[in-house]
Amino acid sequence: MRIESRRRWAIAWLTGPAYLWLAVTIFLPLSAMLYFSFQKKGPFGRHASEFSLKHYEAFFTKGYLQDLMWRSLEMGFHVTLLCILIGFPAAYWLARRIRGRWREALFLLIVLPFWSNALVRIFSWTIVLRPDGVLDRAVHLVIPGLPTIDLTDSYAAIIIGLVHSYLPYMILTCFLSLQAIDESLLEAARSLGARSWTILARIILPLAVPGLAAGSILIFVPVIGSFFEPRLLGGPKGTVIGTVIEEQFTVVSNWPLGGALSFILLAIVLLILAAASPVLKKHMSTT
Amino acid sequence: MSAVDVRNVSKRYGATTALDRVSLAFPNGSFFALLGPSGSGKTTLLRALAGFVEPDEGMILIDDQDVARIPSFRRNIGMVFQNYALFPHMSVFDNVAFGLTVRRMPRADVRQRVGEILELVRLDGLDQRKPRQLSGGQQQRVALARALVTEPRVLLLDEPLGALDKKLRQDMQGELKRIQRTVGITTIFVTHDQEEALTLSDRIAIIDEGRLIQVGEPGDVYDRPHTRFAASFLGDANFLSGPVRDSGIMVDRVGHIATTSPLPAGDATIAVRPERIRLVACDAATQDNRIEGRVAERVFSGASLTYTVHTDAGPLRVLRQNADGDVIDIGERVALVWLADHSVVVEN
Ligand SMILES: Nc1ncnc2c1ncn2[C@@H]1O[C@H](COP(=O)(O)OP(=O)(O)OP(=O)(O)O)[C@@H](O)[C@H]1O
Ligand SMILES: [Mg+2]
Repeated sequence: MRIESRRRWAIAWLTGPAYLWLAVTIFLPLSAMLYFSFQKKGPFGRHASEFSLKHYEAFFTKGYLQDLMWRSLEMGFHVTLLCILIGFPAAYWLARRIRGRWREALFLLIVLPFWSNALVRIFSWTIVLRPDGVLDRAVHLVIPGLPTIDLTDSYAAIIIGLVHSYLPYMILTCFLSLQAIDESLLEAARSLGARSWTILARIILPLAVPGLAAGSILIFVPVIGSFFEPRLLGGPKGTVIGTVIEEQFTVVSNWPLGGALSFILLAIVLLILAAASPVLKKHMSTT
Repeated sequence: MSAVDVRNVSKRYGATTALDRVSLAFPNGSFFALLGPSGSGKTTLLRALAGFVEPDEGMILIDDQDVARIPSFRRNIGMVFQNYALFPHMSVFDNVAFGLTVRRMPRADVRQRVGEILELVRLDGLDQRKPRQLSGGQQQRVALARALVTEPRVLLLDEPLGALDKKLRQDMQGELKRIQRTVGITTIFVTHDQEEALTLSDRIAIIDEGRLIQVGEPGDVYDRPHTRFAASFLGDANFLSGPVRDSGIMVDRVGHIATTSPLPAGDATIAVRPERIRLVACDAATQDNRIEGRVAERVFSGASLTYTVHTDAGPLRVLRQNADGDVIDIGERVALVWLADHSVVVEN
């Protein structure tokens, strides 16, 4: 008994600071926001605190908010899907085909976007995608007869910018998963008569699920809450739930509505994760 | 007829020569051991047979067919890897069934085949477990079942028992032998355990630094090693050298040591197994080879004792069965005696 209780104390002492840190940095701001989201009015001006559900109700009564939420989810889905389609093969190629120095050099290229300012990156894309921009000229150099390519203020531009920003996450998480697959598993499969496609489908992909899942979560969650990429690259068409939330804080000073929408977004993310967890658990438990 | 025929196969990795013009025929249905020290090229040879390594030179025939252009997945070989290489995300059943489902065998047949093979390796009842829920020996059996289920032409085993403890290892050796007999499949297995090679196989090839040193039945290779390396790698040996003189050699300060094997011209080296030497009293008369010395060391290993005797030809090891429990004291003078038949001439 005494050893048991001593151990508990030790665990409390060792983990306590970490939990305290988490509480201060995440829990406190979050609970402050939760508090505001249930207030009738924001913290500005002189009025008594008053409990209200009206900002949550707003989401369910105002159709355009739901549309924007749906738009954001769709955007998150498209970006994540594209990141998988590009990132997984890239990671596979890096993990299985490239060796030594080349791999380091390519890695540097992949994480390079992380080192540049996100805003600068997005503005660069506006230069690339506008009419007579880099993309337009490049395409016309190859096929002169084509009409002008103008991706300014388009959904495609938003997706391109977001995929570019978040692709490294997918490549890195998939790379880690793929890297961990023992070469002898693939040889075993081959000796049993499996061709490359079968090996990919039945050995490599299932074993890479943790990496795909981690990458998807790391991408999907921030993308559905993103605001400056949609605004800068999508212009008037770039309104999504993220831009609305941001406006509540910076433009119209409606903190409670901004908070309420944030929590609804969070709830949706948690619901999606909960729905996906049985599938993930099945795969995670084996590796 | 040979199931597998390796002809003049070489493989180089940069400056290291992993295989150096190896020629070997693996008879149909044989249990063939590839024995050699670490880095001698055993795995490389096995991987060349499996198609994972492309030889720089030479030819590999499986059933008299050149397999150079046949990729691994069509070679119809079963392979058991040193680390087992079980698919961690699949159950035992799915692991074993893999080779069959890849061949698009109907479900019912798959179930029956897998059931049969799991019974053969004595794993029935564990088919829904995941590999990490199995012991080392059980994982080994799954790997074996997975390799055998497709009824391959050849079974390749890369140190299949290397990761097991001694007791389990001996059990699995028996199992392996039983399964191989039941299935009758040509089996090539890599080991650097000489005892394992001797007990399991009906043929042994000794490999060193990528070169084939000697091939033959275990008893032949053991009794008639061709080289000093073969003599000391497969079993233990004492070596005596000197110039050749009337069907024997003259050993410095010892005298004539006779042998019945053919001798080269000039100098020769003779190997004598420690268990072939008898220890007798110094005054005992004998016609056989004889060297006197003083017992310097005695190592007890249960069923036998190993004496190190200091002689004028240097220290020699003698193995003596612990049959009646009498031991020779350290410091005692003894004579080492053995038959000319047991003096084996080896190349240096
Ligand atoms: N892929 C490779 N690249 C470079 N060198 C290699 C490669 N594979 C093997 N070698 C070299 O070839 C030689 C033979 O290796 P191999 O793996 O066949 O030895 P082995 O007899 O199986 O040894 P062990 O008993 O330690 O498994 C070694 O010197 C090894 O370093
Ligand atoms: Mg090896």
